[in-house]
Amino acid sequence: MLGIVRQTMLGQSLQKIRPAASVLRSYSSAAKQMTVREALNSALDEELSADPKVFLMGEEVGEYQGAYKITKGLLEKYGPERVLDTPITEAGFTGIAVGAAYHGLKPVVEFMTINFSLQAIDHIINSAAKSNYMSAGQISVPIVFRGPNGAAAGVGAQHSQCYAAWYASCPGLKVLTPYNSEDARGLLKAAIRDPDPVVFLENELLYGQSFPVSDEVLDSSFCLPIGKAKIEREGKDVTVTAYSKMVGYALKAAEILEKDGIDAEVINLRSIRPLDRYTINASVRKTNRLITVEEAFPQHGIGAEICASVVEESFAYLDAPVERIAGADVPVPYAANLERMAVPQVEDIVRAAKRACFRSVPLAATA
Amino acid sequence: MSTAFSAAKFTSPPFPLRSHDKPLFDPLKIPNATSPFLGSTRKIRRSSSTKLNLHRRSGTVVAVSDVVKEKKSKSTSSLLITKEEGLELYEDMVLGRAFEDMCAQMYYRGKMFGFVHLYNGQEAVSTGFIKLLKQQDSVVSTYRDHVHALSKGVPARAVMSELFGKTTGCCRGQGGSMHMFSSEHNLLGGFAFIGEGIPVATGAAFTSKYKREVLKEADCDHVTLAFFGDGTCNNGQFFECLNMAALWKLPIVFVVENNLWAIGMSHLRATSDPQIYKKGPAFGMPGIHVDGMDVLKVREVAKEAIARARRGEGPTLVECETYRFRGHSLADPDELRDPAEKAHYAARDPITALKKYLIENSLASEAELKAIDKKIDEVVEDAVEFADESPLPSRSQLLENVFADPKGFGIGPDGRYRCEDPKFTEGTAHV
Repeated sequence: MLGIVRQTMLGQSLQKIRPAASVLRSYSSAAKQMTVREALNSALDEELSADPKVFLMGEEVGEYQGAYKITKGLLEKYGPERVLDTPITEAGFTGIAVGAAYHGLKPVVEFMTINFSLQAIDHIINSAAKSNYMSAGQISVPIVFRGPNGAAAGVGAQHSQCYAAWYASCPGLKVLTPYNSEDARGLLKAAIRDPDPVVFLENELLYGQSFPVSDEVLDSSFCLPIGKAKIEREGKDVTVTAYSKMVGYALKAAEILEKDGIDAEVINLRSIRPLDRYTINASVRKTNRLITVEEAFPQHGIGAEICASVVEESFAYLDAPVERIAGADVPVPYAANLERMAVPQVEDIVRAAKRACFRSVPLAATA
Repeated sequence: MSTAFSAAKFTSPPFPLRSHDKPLFDPLKIPNATSPFLGSTRKIRRSSSTKLNLHRRSGTVVAVSDVVKEKKSKSTSSLLITKEEGLELYEDMVLGRAFEDMCAQMYYRGKMFGFVHLYNGQEAVSTGFIKLLKQQDSVVSTYRDHVHALSKGVPARAVMSELFGKTTGCCRGQGGSMHMFSSEHNLLGGFAFIGEGIPVATGAAFTSKYKREVLKEADCDHVTLAFFGDGTCNNGQFFECLNMAALWKLPIVFVVENNLWAIGMSHLRATSDPQIYKKGPAFGMPGIHVDGMDVLKVREVAKEAIARARRGEGPTLVECETYRFRGHSLADPDELRDPAEKAHYAARDPITALKKYLIENSLASEAELKAIDKKIDEVVEDAVEFADESPLPSRSQLLENVFADPKGFGIGPDGRYRCEDPKFTEGTAHV
């Protein structure tokens, strides 16, 4: 039933007609709601129909309708030549996709989780990211590597690591981390159209979350620029940078802080590489305080890079040391209470903001 | 370990298990007379692989092998090549040899640096296969890629400049010896990691099939050749790609340049079953062994394998028994290889063999061949001069070519970067 509803909606948007409000799930008559899963599915659908060179490749993307149902319905629509179920061979099929991209096709490679991309990381870094440079511009690689990144719920250490910092340190790659449905749609479409290798890091827990979307977002030519962050919430007391799921936590923390009189500015990074240093620095120059939030391990992470960038460019504007909120420096544990301690929570962000604004007692290390 | 093994009786493999006091490789002592690693015979070992196919596979693979066998026996009686073809093959092999020898000279003079892996001795494989390709067919190679580049048509000047690190090189000096790329000649690298090129080649073959079936570019029958060594055949990616290429019937030929050595690791020490061609039928494709020191034999096998791929019948695994006369790279002291083994293969130099064939069959005279030698010497000298005189890359070149589109999201129809369009962040940009 759900599939039929979605296909009708997609079918309509493909014909570039504004979808009728009744077809979509709407919780209020004004805003349309779309889950991140639907956003990704619709983005893939539209890009597959717009350009015949785009194809999907991955484990279970076809007949299983996607391990997380992101590619639902696409096999029926586009056939097995464009939505390819692969054997369990990350290194092999990632390399095949890179080879196809060398010749101008536009593969979208799905990793069941980005943790599995480690089996293929040689191809992502060495044959995709570096090729345009090594061939002096002769061979560009218009490929997208996507999949859920970071911790889910109780999936254990090998399925829970966040690889944003790993990929973002490599020149030749673009790394995107969407948060809501608008980000998911816009950034995925931009990634598929981009002529360079893009690592697209989603989050499994966000797939089912619904966000309001405007009509512009639903338009089939909607895209977001790569390399630009978004200020989700304007503020004047402290800057909080976050990406992916942590943006939601930061917004919740901002609401709590507001009651205590602290006006937090929340930046949704959207693009980890290239990092939007301009927006971050401009915000810090306004608020004079910075907290970086990420789910990943703290050492050599995104927060470290943002801190370095701010210290290099806006040192004189800082009124307090930069606070880094990151995951615990341990492989993510399985037990539910331990996992909660290993990943940043809203209270950690609130406490850090208060510390940065000198409104609380200093305390021992948090996550 | 030796006590446990001495108790057991061996029925297979045909080679004695190597122990440290025995010589690493003695061609005279190997008991099995049909061992593929013995000297060259006219008969290609496809008959043994057919037998294996019968035991393991259903009818299709056997049928293909039979057809190939048929063709081969017909052609042994007549000449395999015409005069023009013969001279072309000779010239290509001499170019490869002269170029690599010049590389060694230049390296020791300090003009070339880093890792340089030379191809001396293996020219028959490169010439035998690549000279049968069209320009749109693709070649993917390893770090031992100079001669593959030359055979595919990349000018000697461009390759030499690239090795010197000059801006006139085929990759503007940014790739180097191990990363030769040419989109014009469809040379897709040049990979330093062994096994890395195999999936990329499989992807290029995938593109060919995709273009024909999905994009409806009629008659797109481009074939891809993947060259790699014996050491690579123990790597996971090799098997993953054999599986997927056979599964999707991709137009690719996997060419194993088995020169018996992976730096200092003998193939026999590293591999449980050293007969690589047998791994093809396990995945559903023909596995062929050929004497890689004989360019004519390689060419015959290559013709059938490439034709098979072009017809859409799928991949082939070809194992070429060959040898590298020099060390793994110019930094390799090459102490582990037995001089007797080296002498054995030096006596089977492919260039000498072809020369002998051409003269004995009156396809060319000594004078003509000498003229080709001289011409190639001049080409290589000219390449060195050109590379010497070429400028180094300018400083601004350091940051170029990291991305095809550094500003993101591509260029709009008006020629400006789309992200510079102020309407972008509002999400109303039209494509």
